[in-house]
Amino acid sequence: MTEPFQMDHPATDRRLDDMAQGLVGAPLDRPDGPLKVTGTATYANEWQVEGMVHGVMVRAPGNSGRVVLSNTAEVARMPGVLSVVQDDRMLRNPAQGGANEAPVQGPHHAAYFGQLVAVVVAESFEQARHAAQSLKVTLDDAEQVAVTPEGAAVERQTDKTLDQGDLDRAMDEAAHSVDVVYTTPSHSSSPMEPHASIASWEGEDLTLRGSYQMLKFNRNELADSLGIHPDRVRILSPYVGGGFGSKLGLAPEAVAAAVAAKAVGRPVSVALHRQQVYEATMRRSETRQRLRLAADAEGRLIGFGHEARVSNLPGETFAEPVLQASHFLYAGANRKMSLDLARVHRLCAGSVRAPGEAVGVTVVENAMDELAHAAGLDPVELRLRNIPPTDPESGKEYSSRRFREALESGAEIFGWSDRPGVKERREGDWLIGYGMASAARVNVLKESEARVTLLSDGTARVETDMTDIGTGTYAILGQIAGDMLGLPRDSVEVVLGDTNLPSGSGSGGSWGASSSGSAVYLACAAIRQQIAQRLDVDEHDLLLKDAQATFNNRTETLADILQGHEIAKLGHVKPGDTSDAVRQATFGAYFAEVGVNAVTGETRVRRMHGTFAAGRILNAKTARSQCLGGMTFGIGMALMEEVAFDPRDGHVVNHNLAEYHIPVNADVPQLTVELLEERDDWASPVQAKGIGELGICGAGAAITNAIFNATGVRVRDYPATLDKLIAELP
Amino acid sequence: MKPFDYIRADSPDQASDHAAQGGVFIAGGTNLLDLMKLEVMTPDALIDINRLDLNQIDETDDGGLRIGALVSNSDLANDTRVRRHWPVLSRALLAGASGQLRNKATTGGNLLQRTRCLYFYDRAMACNKREPGSGCAARDGFNRSLAVLGTSEHCIATHPSDMAVAMRALGAEVETLTREGETRRLTLDQLYRLPGDRPDIETVLAPGELITAVVLPAPVEGRQTYRKVRDRASYAFALVSVAGIVEMQDGRIARADLAFGGLAPKPWRDADVEAALQGEAPSDALFKKAADVLLRDAQGFGENDFKLPLARRTLVSVLEELTEARR
Ligand SMILES: Cc1cc2nc3c(=O)[nH]c(=O)nc-3n(C[C@H](O)[C@H](O)[C@H](O)COP(=O)(O)OP(=O)(O)OC[C@H]3O[C@@H](n4cnc5c(N)ncnc54)[C@H](O)[C@@H]3O)c2cc1C
Ligand code: SF4
Repeated sequence: MTEPFQMDHPATDRRLDDMAQGLVGAPLDRPDGPLKVTGTATYANEWQVEGMVHGVMVRAPGNSGRVVLSNTAEVARMPGVLSVVQDDRMLRNPAQGGANEAPVQGPHHAAYFGQLVAVVVAESFEQARHAAQSLKVTLDDAEQVAVTPEGAAVERQTDKTLDQGDLDRAMDEAAHSVDVVYTTPSHSSSPMEPHASIASWEGEDLTLRGSYQMLKFNRNELADSLGIHPDRVRILSPYVGGGFGSKLGLAPEAVAAAVAAKAVGRPVSVALHRQQVYEATMRRSETRQRLRLAADAEGRLIGFGHEARVSNLPGETFAEPVLQASHFLYAGANRKMSLDLARVHRLCAGSVRAPGEAVGVTVVENAMDELAHAAGLDPVELRLRNIPPTDPESGKEYSSRRFREALESGAEIFGWSDRPGVKERREGDWLIGYGMASAARVNVLKESEARVTLLSDGTARVETDMTDIGTGTYAILGQIAGDMLGLPRDSVEVVLGDTNLPSGSGSGGSWGASSSGSAVYLACAAIRQQIAQRLDVDEHDLLLKDAQATFNNRTETLADILQGHEIAKLGHVKPGDTSDAVRQATFGAYFAEVGVNAVTGETRVRRMHGTFAAGRILNAKTARSQCLGGMTFGIGMALMEEVAFDPRDGHVVNHNLAEYHIPVNADVPQLTVELLEERDDWASPVQAKGIGELGICGAGAAITNAIFNATGVRVRDYPATLDKLIAELP
Repeated sequence: MKPFDYIRADSPDQASDHAAQGGVFIAGGTNLLDLMKLEVMTPDALIDINRLDLNQIDETDDGGLRIGALVSNSDLANDTRVRRHWPVLSRALLAGASGQLRNKATTGGNLLQRTRCLYFYDRAMACNKREPGSGCAARDGFNRSLAVLGTSEHCIATHPSDMAVAMRALGAEVETLTREGETRRLTLDQLYRLPGDRPDIETVLAPGELITAVVLPAPVEGRQTYRKVRDRASYAFALVSVAGIVEMQDGRIARADLAFGGLAPKPWRDADVEAALQGEAPSDALFKKAADVLLRDAQGFGENDFKLPLARRTLVSVLEELTEARR
């Protein structure tokens, strides 16, 4: 066992750069890829557990009142039905990411339309589903509750308010200014794999096969929900078919499966219906954001105001952190920020795909575009003029920030200099426009553990409860271990997604790769130390490559050196002083070309480019894929994505993938990605920052800014669907 | 999904017999099974018609085509004859759903697919189509995709098919087999009912009446197009669509066959629109007049108000294209 390594000082040694195996950074394929495309990666609901039966959950048909199940006895007599379970411990809504304890519980009162209030268990899935559909649920003593933020009570988040200098005065004195309000709708995570859990009890010990992103927290959330000791809970989640935030915290089906399994004395599988994923997992809050930007005659910001309103269910503390990047992205001495939380009876709001920046930076970037237009400046130039020397609020240095290079290089690659004037370019029925936006996302390191075992045959095994949500964890942890131990990628086995293994950071907030990668790195560093000791050389003089060690002009195989023994080390990283000593964030820039149909207002993105800098890139392919995904999310956010709530009862109207629109292949044109080389010594022992979410943080604005360039129309209410454009088209 | 009997029909007669006793035909199942899983439709029995010999596309004596009810949307779209002589149909089919769905979806099933009104799909919502007399939650709700023409106070749902819009413009007829063993022919106008006070009854087909084929008349002169306006580039239902066939003679519109999707409870065709165009020289003013005629009784319900200007603009643009009167 090694001591935890706390990130109190910059990791200037950059040992990964000294390694000879050549894996880290290389664009290697994901080892889990072939399993997934051949259907042999077992997802949560695909396990066949001996004796397993099926549970189907039932929704509340309203947004308030006491839940009454009026024909339980009848339903219980239906073919195959084992039980109708409504247990106090069932969740009202999912746990927030990292909650580490039970969320609000209780299926007896409805707080939002679609809340899951009971589970019907039967021998077969079909029997359970039909019985669940036959269960009559009504709500007694329903009240009139707020379902739209406009009509709701609002709580100011006082810890999120900032008043620096005098923004009002700056606005008055500004040579150029904008004061605009943008709105963004709710988004659903919409993972391809719906939430599913299989619970099996052995005595008082529970095994849950689930689809979760952060297992060490999920175990505690599950144990706390059930009122049992966490040691009694094991969660297995080796493959996750996407989470996008909705699987950060424990979701209702897990507790339902656990209580139902106990009730019927059999393993129970509960998978949410797609409609239930839309109605009862996590949504991104809709936002209303007022941006006030004040600039001097040269376009240098003298004031920056960002005031937002978001919403959540009563009792939930999460408030979509839209201001996050506004604190550090741009200059401006006079600053005002505030965040209001409206209490609405809609499904729970939580982390969805880059909470905060995804919609926050997007709107900032729209406002910057409006300012550039007002000041007659090239939008790239406006950003370049407003890169603050140090953090504009705290005065801290940035840990690393290749923002300027991203703007300049991205513009060059895209051909930004050919940008047409507003409403200037037309090809047949299509109005053509260019737009750009900056990308920014906070960077976070999380405590993470991993065990690495160098086996006596000269192969290695990496073990952690870290998850791979389709992002490439299996690939990169193997690359780091392979480089550090001098092993070909195929000689490293990576075992993930089991709470019996050392606790990883979990996948969320883009911290997974750098945090769990650092834990693996530290474990390997300790193994290298031990080998060096055994060989009586300085660790720095030990060259490991292709399962051989070269030292003192000799080469021996690792298997020979190990002499039948194995070396196991635990790597344990913790965030430390470097989190606070400097401002840590990732940066980039997007450029997009769109065509807007002059007749119909349909917008199609024609090409899009992103340049990003996020510290050390651990795998050029998986990093690029993340950026492609983020930009694709940006297309969705700009043009189509919206959870439609019925304004009368707050129910989700478009609760399937046919009607909740996300981009399909035909919506996604040629996307190009450039990753800038960077090492961030402050961020993590492996000098990597998070890249997973960076690609969405502002992407939509490049597209809506391009729509303005094409049409002269500002759509300030996302998404920019055709109905918001046609009235103003020629 | 409610448990049901499954009967595989070996002959059309047998199929209609079973269906007349409360069974429902299943063809591709791409719409029916979704509705059954949600218990929006709860048939006691499914009559599988896939073994019936209804998947040929034959030429008719008068130069038209007889399309078997089980011909898949993919096969129909890719048929060389269809592509050459009835391109509007091929385009409409390819504008619908996705490759996988089109492989499975059939000609008969496509005609009889139910509305995509989201309130119809949600059993917690009042819906006169699903549960007659319960009300219509969509009317004052999120009705962005719903109809502006042919609605009633009881229902404002649209018919979602693209294929049927093209067929309506082409003057196609369905051929059916009644339970009594009789064959009848119905134009699409005759086939579909407007909602009126019984939105649950969508067609004039009697219980057990099986669609056996769709008959296309001989190809006509003129240019054809299908324009579908939607919220994303593919895999989305039409907000507005126009199927058009226009024949020009001496610089004048000799004939204009126009049908519309996304606007009404059935594929919409309006003889007055066509009459307004016939014999006239193309002009922007004429096209706008045609649009005025089309929309003279149109009514939006809030979220879908934009369909009026959208339909107008799309029609004008389609007419410009088909008459080559590009601005
Ligand atoms: C996600 C999604 C997107 C879609 N997008 C589009 C789109 O953009 N445009 C579009 O046009 N369509 C779209 N569709 C709908 C699709 O075209 C229909 O589901 C399909 O055409 C139905 O054909 P089917 O053979 O599967 O019908 P089924 O589901 O088998 O049957 C539908 C109905 O027709 C009845 N029926 C079937 N055959 C006969 C017959 N021979 N005689 C009498 N009754 C019969 C059945 O009883 C049933 O009531 C989409 C569907 C989905 C699921
Ligand atoms: S529009 Fe028609 S289908 Fe939709 S809810 Fe109203 S009655 Fe039902």
